[in-house]
Amino acid sequence: MPLLNTLARLEAVRAGRARPLATVRHRHLSERPLVLVPLTTAGEAGAPLGAMLGTDPDDPLVLVVPQPRDRTLRWTFLAGLAECVMPYVDGYADVVEPAERTETDPETGRKTKVEAELCVDAPQIIVPSRAGVEYVRLLGRSMRFRRTAEEDPENPYPAPARVPLLGRWFTHLAERSRVPGSSMLLSATELLGRHWATGQSNLEDQHLGSLLGWLAPPEGMSGAEWALHVELGRDGHGRLLFPPAGPATDPAFDNGLLAPAISRFDAARAAAAADGPGAEERVREAELAVRELVTSQMAHTWRQTWEAIALLRALPPGERTTDRWTRDRWSFTGHRDRVRAGEPPQPRRDDAVTAAQKLATRETEQVRLDAQEALDDPLVMAGRRLAGEAFAGEVTEVVMEWTEGKRPRPRPLVTVATEDRPQLADEGGGKVFRSLDGRQQAFAFVRHEEDGQLVLRVLDKMGAGREPVAGSVPEKGDRVCWTLFEHDARGGPKLPDPEHTPWTHGGPPAHLSAPTPPDSVTDEDLL
Amino acid sequence: MSSYPPAAPPQKTTLRQRLADLRGPAVPPRPLDARSLAALAANPGCGRRALLDGAGVDKGALAAALGSPAAFGQSQFAIVRGNSFEAKVKGDGGAELLRLAHTLLGGAAEPPGPDARVPDLTAAGPEGRAARTALALREATAAGAWTLLDHPMLALEVAGTPAYLEPDAVVVDPGGRWTVVEIKSFPMIDGAADSAKVGAAARQAAVYVLALERTAGKVPGAEVGHRVLLVCPKDFSNLPTAAPVDVRRERAVTLRQMERLTRVEELAAELPAGLSFDPARPAGELTEAVSAVGAAYAPECLAACELAFHCRERSRAAGDPATLGRSVRGELGGLTTVDAALAAAGSPDPAEGASEEGDDPTAAALRRAARLRAEALELAAARPPHPAPEGPACPC
Repeated sequence: MPLLNTLARLEAVRAGRARPLATVRHRHLSERPLVLVPLTTAGEAGAPLGAMLGTDPDDPLVLVVPQPRDRTLRWTFLAGLAECVMPYVDGYADVVEPAERTETDPETGRKTKVEAELCVDAPQIIVPSRAGVEYVRLLGRSMRFRRTAEEDPENPYPAPARVPLLGRWFTHLAERSRVPGSSMLLSATELLGRHWATGQSNLEDQHLGSLLGWLAPPEGMSGAEWALHVELGRDGHGRLLFPPAGPATDPAFDNGLLAPAISRFDAARAAAAADGPGAEERVREAELAVRELVTSQMAHTWRQTWEAIALLRALPPGERTTDRWTRDRWSFTGHRDRVRAGEPPQPRRDDAVTAAQKLATRETEQVRLDAQEALDDPLVMAGRRLAGEAFAGEVTEVVMEWTEGKRPRPRPLVTVATEDRPQLADEGGGKVFRSLDGRQQAFAFVRHEEDGQLVLRVLDKMGAGREPVAGSVPEKGDRVCWTLFEHDARGGPKLPDPEHTPWTHGGPPAHLSAPTPPDSVTDEDLL
Repeated sequence: MSSYPPAAPPQKTTLRQRLADLRGPAVPPRPLDARSLAALAANPGCGRRALLDGAGVDKGALAAALGSPAAFGQSQFAIVRGNSFEAKVKGDGGAELLRLAHTLLGGAAEPPGPDARVPDLTAAGPEGRAARTALALREATAAGAWTLLDHPMLALEVAGTPAYLEPDAVVVDPGGRWTVVEIKSFPMIDGAADSAKVGAAARQAAVYVLALERTAGKVPGAEVGHRVLLVCPKDFSNLPTAAPVDVRRERAVTLRQMERLTRVEELAAELPAGLSFDPARPAGELTEAVSAVGAAYAPECLAACELAFHCRERSRAAGDPATLGRSVRGELGGLTTVDAALAAAGSPDPAEGASEEGDDPTAAALRRAARLRAEALELAAARPPHPAPEGPACPC
């Protein structure tokens, strides 16, 4: 943990309340995010127990699977999920604006601007915790290779319409969430953890309720006390007062309440199959009982997630979050186009080129995110200054100098007094940068003065004339912050198209020539 | 540290008596298992855990008696699923399991046929079962045929206390190699499983490998495979699939940590006479007894030790920065409490010209951090409030 964050945690311990780690909001928040609280069945892969979702905090859609091991009921659940999520996603697909995209001409290899469509906004799904993001990925994987009856009439277990499509979108969102700074699929715990430090460890911060306890404890209680109560408080039966944010449930709840209710549902169904009198009614009652239980486990988390969003909305957005959201919009538009073009679902494993591309993107975006967060937020910049990667100081002297040659260019020398200790090589020559109206201006580090002041030479953004443009050179008395890192990230390496993957990397991937076979579905899937 | 076969050495009676006293006269000892050993090895500096586990104290009951019950427990859905999957994998005389072992680890050995052996390992008590297992392993190695040992019992002496371990299965191949099999019910999706879960399984399997090596050392022609077989459900189905997992690293780490474990004898010798962890005693007395043994609490304990909530409470009360994460304590160096660190951060800079030699570099860094943080927060506070007040109507 960086020392500045450690200090914030120490302060939080003393204050008994969370302390800020950021002064602006570093992630885009949609006007209308979709909150999704999923629950899963312990020990089963991809057997959802229920979900609460929607864009209105007061009106969630509740889906519950009364017997998670029943394939038909699982399909009903996934169909219901698709019924709610797909209109939300599609709602963003058709509102577009013209934009330009850089493309490489395959013949000349030159980069050209191409007219393209860009969706004006994109969907944003917020889940309670990191585990929820992973669950979205898992659901995506479990759905995207399924076939509907329309696609494959022979399939004995066809998936409901739109379920495979939802699988592709969930996969795309989960994949995108691995890109640093992206905001299409976010978790409330990570969002809060980015902006506030609590007096507990990172591990304990994974618990949404306890994390919120540090941020907004009720009147008369310290954050530490309330967080502890939320984390550990149990009723007389040993069940947690505040259910975990999931997708895993409290084992005491599973054993004490859920399992008996599910057994009653099974028994009622067995009786209905034997055509007992009034059996239908009992099945409905039993189903309602399970539904109430599962809902009780999700309701807290649902409210907490919205509470987290409200807390984040109170922070002013960072200036450069819009830039990163535009990248998310491009990603959304790109996937929309792939789906519309009838491309097959994402393969089980990425081919060499795609994998390398994804890694390169994540690296570039990480560099970009680090730089942008520091530029947007003085508190983040303070961390970089402490690490010697940036420095702020007052300009004490400006001396005009020019390049030699026929058309001399301005190269003024700026002397800076700073208390920071940037990691600059003593012999000089290192480059430093400052933000000038949002653009990056480069300086060369020349030397240390004897009294510790730094001498920098301005290198660009001064116009084409002999005299620098007004305002482009710092003046005596200005307080300026320079960074040792560049303000924008360089793109990754140029890679061949997947169909030209060299044999050293496995050759062209198989999924380009033949469609990926769906998961084999057998009776065995049902325990 | 080898003590196999597990005969009770007579000179240990005093220690046994001492440990029984610590546990409480009416409390039966709780045996060490692979999970607790793996957790123990993950935090070798914790004397409290070493002593309590070594003495066979039921930490769950103790934690409840102390007023900080553990949050452990498994959902019956997971247990049912795990059991039914294991039964499926081992069904039909273990044919499917042996086939997986042969395909993934078998090398040149001939495939297992219907003559594969599944010896009966039932015997009375853990010592009896361990002896029976040792015999079956010896026979299987001598026979040179595919053999599946279903739930064998292995013995391993840890910190002066014998532990009995029960792996899911051990496969002996015709070449005399013994392979540990771990059957887990988390899925392997597209050939990859959750890395945290695989890591836990590998640490657990490493303990079994170590225990098997004690036996293998005495059987000619026997060799313990350092690749274990992890069997999981394939994708979203109930069909088994497997992957070999190399546990050399985990084995080496566990071995080293177990050798470093403070010996229970030494820990017990340091305690005042009459001290007891009997859960029937009043909470105040127990708290005192528990604090007589030093602990090394870190947040990771929460997932591995029943006593963690109690230790966390004590650590927090003592202002130990390790409650914020293991790395934090390392970062703060000589400043061992939260208050000391904050005092250092808030202290004024040493006077101009004063020698910086006596100044702790951590304290100096904290001071700089505090100054930079305060400066940034001040700057942010000076900004106009958000959401910005509505400006005059947009002219457009």
